[in-house]
Order: sequence, then C-alpha cells, then structure tokens
Amino acid sequence: MWLFDMIFEARVWKFPDNINTDLIIPSGSIYLSAQEQARLAFRASRPGWVDEVRPGDIMIAGRNFGMGSSRPAARSLKLLGLSCVIAESINGLMFRNCINYAFPAMECPGIAAAFEEGDVARVDFSAATVRNTRSGTTLTARRLPPKLLDLLEAGGIYALLEKQGIIEPLQSAI
Amino acid sequence: MGMTLTEKILARKTGQAKVSPGDLVTVDVDTVVFVDTMFVPTRWRKIKRLDHPERVVVVLDHRAPSPDRQGAATHQIARAFVEQFGIERFHDIGYDQGISHQLVADHAYALPGSLLVCSDSHTGSAGVFNCLARGVGVPDVVYAATQGETWFIVGETIRYVMSGRLPRAVTMKDAFLQIAGQYGDHTNTNVEYGGPALAHLSISARKTLTTMSTELSADFSIFDPDEIMVDWIRARTNAEFECFHPDADAGYREVRKVDLGALQPLVAFPDSVIENSKPVAAAAGTRIDQAFIGSCANGTLEDLALAAQVVRGRRVDKRVRLIVTPRFAERIPCRSRDGHHQHTRKCGRGRDQFDVRRLRRDAHGNTGRERDLHHVVDPQLQGTDGRSGRAHLHGVSGHGCGVRDPRRHHRSAGIPELNMNRHDAKNAKRNKIYRHDAEKGREMPDGAVRIQIGSSLRLSPRLRGSICVCLSWRSRRTPQGGIEKNLGGGCGFLT
Repeated sequence: MWLFDMIFEARVWKFPDNINTDLIIPSGSIYLSAQEQARLAFRASRPGWVDEVRPGDIMIAGRNFGMGSSRPAARSLKLLGLSCVIAESINGLMFRNCINYAFPAMECPGIAAAFEEGDVARVDFSAATVRNTRSGTTLTARRLPPKLLDLLEAGGIYALLEKQGIIEPLQSAI
Repeated sequence: MGMTLTEKILARKTGQAKVSPGDLVTVDVDTVVFVDTMFVPTRWRKIKRLDHPERVVVVLDHRAPSPDRQGAATHQIARAFVEQFGIERFHDIGYDQGISHQLVADHAYALPGSLLVCSDSHTGSAGVFNCLARGVGVPDVVYAATQGETWFIVGETIRYVMSGRLPRAVTMKDAFLQIAGQYGDHTNTNVEYGGPALAHLSISARKTLTTMSTELSADFSIFDPDEIMVDWIRARTNAEFECFHPDADAGYREVRKVDLGALQPLVAFPDSVIENSKPVAAAAGTRIDQAFIGSCANGTLEDLALAAQVVRGRRVDKRVRLIVTPRFAERIPCRSRDGHHQHTRKCGRGRDQFDVRRLRRDAHGNTGRERDLHHVVDPQLQGTDGRSGRAHLHGVSGHGCGVRDPRRHHRSAGIPELNMNRHDAKNAKRNKIYRHDAEKGREMPDGAVRIQIGSSLRLSPRLRGSICVCLSWRSRRTPQGGIEKNLGGGCGFLT
C-alpha cells in the first residue's frame, strides 16, 4: 500500500538473477498499448503471474535485474500495480527507466537471501532500508540521490516535461 | 587518486575537478540520436520545443523499410518531427540508411571526449571513438534533446588491457564471449579497453566489443584513443575534438589482462551470454537450422569478408536457412584524383535486411512465442542446437549443417585486412573490394558492378550459394560543389 514519504509495505514476489527485459516486454509487442504490453510480462518464464499481482505488491529480484533493451519495461511493471522493485543489482538502463517512469527502484545487497516469496516487505526509500516483517531482518539499501527521489515524486520525466509545457500530453495512461 | 577515462570525461563535462564512483552528475549532452522506435505512436510524446536541433540525429533503422502499417505510421511521425525542427542529420530510407551505430561511426557523429545518448541499448558502440556513449530510455532521449542535459550515477570502472594478436579464425566476438563467460555481468560498472593489441585491431573489430558490452550489462564502454581511431575521425570530419586518456593512477575496481593470442572460438549457449561460453568443440556436430550473419555487432563489410573466407566456394546446405543482413551504409572515404576527400557510401539495402531481430543477446522468451534456441557466436562457421523447437545460429553456416570449428574452414592466414579506417590509395589497392569499388566506380559511375566479397569479380558456377554483394554506383553533386559517390546495393547469394 502507498504510504507517505516513499514507504511501501506489501507482499513480495521473488524473481531470480539476470531478468532480461525480453522477459518483461517480449520483442514482438512494440506496437501494443502500454496496458496490453504490461499483460505480457513474464509470459515466457512465469505464465499467469500477471493475474496474481495485487496493487501495491513488491518485486524482489537478484543480480543484474532488467538487463537488455531500452523498452519501457519499468512502465509495464508500474502498470501491473507493483509499488517498487528491490534487487541485488539493477542494470543501468533499466534503473534509468524505473526512475524516469516513476517506478521506484533500489539496489539492496543481500535482498534475495533475506526474502521468501509471500513475505511482507517494508521498504523505506528515504531511509534506504528494507525490512522483512516476518523475520524481522532489516537490510540497508543503496540510497537514491535526493534529486532522483524528487524525480520519482514528480511522477517521472514526462510529468516534469509536460508541466513545463515542453511535450504534449498523451491520450492514454503514462 | 587519478580518474578513469569515463570519470575524466564526465568531470570535464560537469566542470568539476574530479568525479568519483557514486556521484550523481548532471552533464551536457553533445549528440542525441533518435531511432525509429522512439516514434511508435503509443510511445511518442509530441515535443513542442527543441532548443538545439543541431545536436539531434534521426535514424530510421529498426523497422526500415517498414514491414507493416504501424511501422509506416511510426516513420511518418519521425518525418514530421524532422520537418518541425529542421533537423539536418536525418537518415531516412535510402542511400543514407543504416543501423544507427554504424551511421554514427561512418559520419563521425561521435567525437572523442563528447557525450552521446540514444534509446537503442547498444549505443555504447560509439565508445570505440573515445566517446562517452550510452543507451538510455525513451524519456531520457526526450529529456536530453529538450533540456540539453542528462544525469548519470558514476559507476566504478573495470579496465581490460589487451595484448597479443588474434589467432587465425578467432575474432573480437570471441574476446567478448571470453570476458562474458569468465567474468559474468558488469552491472553498474564502466568498462575501459586499452593495451598494445589496439595496434592490430580495426575500428570494426573494436566496435564488436563496445557494442557487446551492453550484454555485459555495463554502463559506459570506452576505448583508449590511438592513431587508427584519429585517422578514422579525421577522414570523416573537420570538427575539433580532444582525446582523453585515463590517469596513470586512476582508481579502477579491477584491471584485467586479456591475451588475444590465447583466445579460441567460443559459443554462448542458449538463454544467456553471461557465464555461458563454451569452446566451439562443445557444440560440434549440433545441427544448424538457421544461420544469421549480421546485427549491429557483426554486420560490417569486414565481418562479411571474414564469413566469406569460410563459405567461399561452398554451398549452403539445403536444410539450413542462411540470412545475411549487413549493418551498413558504410561511408568509405576515398581520395579523388585532385587529392580531395570524397565519401563513398556502401548501402546494404536488401529487401528485408533491416527487418530482422538483431541478435546479440539471447533470453528465454526473446520471441515471447516459442522455445527457440539461440547460440551467439562470431560471424563464422558455428552453430546451434536443434534438439527441441526451432534453432537459430548467430554466425554463418557453411558446408553441411552442423557446428564446426571455424579454424578448420578458414582459408586465409588471418583476418582479411580491409583497413576500412585507412583511406589512402595504397591500402585501397591492397584490398580487392575497394580496388574494384574505386576503379569500377570511376569507369562507370552510373552503371552496376557485382562483386563477391573477399574474392574476384569472376563468377563461376562453382561459387553458387556463396555470399555476394551487389553494388550499384551513383554520383551526385554535393551542395558544396564536390562530387559524392554513393554505392547502393544489397546482399544475397549467387545462384
């Protein structure tokens, strides 16, 4: 659920190391709408998962999360209702897309071992901590620079540029 | 402590004396490349204001020529954008067409010490020119184009010092597969390439490494500058630039040595190129269903010539589908009789050559439809697995339809010396392709000439099934009053 100050507390979905963007947005889906693309997430490796996600759920992944294409994989995860992603490490391009599409993402060493799927995580982006409410373990994540936290809260790059009158709004969501 | 190449250029861009890993920097962007996937109707946000259209390059390359209605609509949006802001560096379908990374190289859009962003993930390719280049997201590109700046979190750097010479039938793709197999992912890390081996590596060969660094999950990938690189740039632009070297006491996360002479042909097995490389012998005899030579990592003339060394005179097995997709237009500067530089362009324009999945990576679910098995290899004779589902080969097939060691089939003493970065007559003469280009082009500027890469002009029935590049010449006057020779054509097979 969305709390204030970038704090999230919700059920955890766990994903392994090296999640490639092709798994999140299959390459043939380029012309589909953002919503349609989101429905295809993990179709190859975890069919049916998109139907199980509840709004606010948290994704936890291993090393090298989101490697691959510049496709808006972060947009798909956000549209599915996930509140944020926490991973051991996040590919640089994927991380940019997360911030720019206003999908909070943070790297947290030890995260994969500290959570079982179905655990509840309490993630505090301002304090850069992740707590497993079942086991009580609290981990320290890599703190996002204040400027990027501001960008997340502003709703991402498009919201920012739209506000400044530099780009036109899109008809559909995001 | 000193700075690495990446840190040094970022420091210069920010005007700071020093930047260090972990810093968030906001930097001016020199070049912003828009590829056609930016303009997909469901993705595109119409830009109202663009302060520096001269910094923008627009390239239609992912879906060009458009294979479908949506692609055509996408291209229309791109053309409207170009017209709206009067963007001059526009590569529409035609003689100026090509994969963006190749065009960036061929037109010297990426200058040493500059910063370039593009929404294609393999943009790091331009790092070969001592340029900070990086694939970013679609919103990033819009932001950089409209605001003139972008942000980066400075990562640590790993430096690869390369020595030795590549053995026969071993390429820089194998160097990449060695690094990916041995060291795994490089997430949040910049990679820097240097060392004495550069003296023997063409721009094309180096570019395979910078392009594939995306598959290491690296941030920036960049080469040390040298004479070969400066020659390449100088032959293509008069723009001023400054080369950067890392400090002797730079703080690297690690410095790793790579002896190119000790490398062997490798294959990345299905699903990942990370920690998945095996010697070609491990795939020997695996049946090949489909072979592919091309992509932005291995689609240059030099790659095709290398592949031709293997397939020359052989026929493609009936059970193998061989697909060749050059990544050029390649602009090859040549000297005209009066001593001025002219630019010759080689444009591969096969009907479907740009409408392919440009395969440098493999992930389960790449197609999202079926269980394909992709093997990533160098552009020679290597193969794939046909045990279940369909199989693809990222390389070239040849005699028979199984995986073989390319060293057994490679006929030259080494990698063909194309010297594409050299533009003097001596080097042009040394290479048959360019000699034919240059001579025939002058003799019949509006005619057509057929050449077979890596071989002579004589076409013998014996060569049926081998790779052929068809070229046609056209001369035109440039606005500056010079003559520019454009070379168009496509790639196919002799039948």
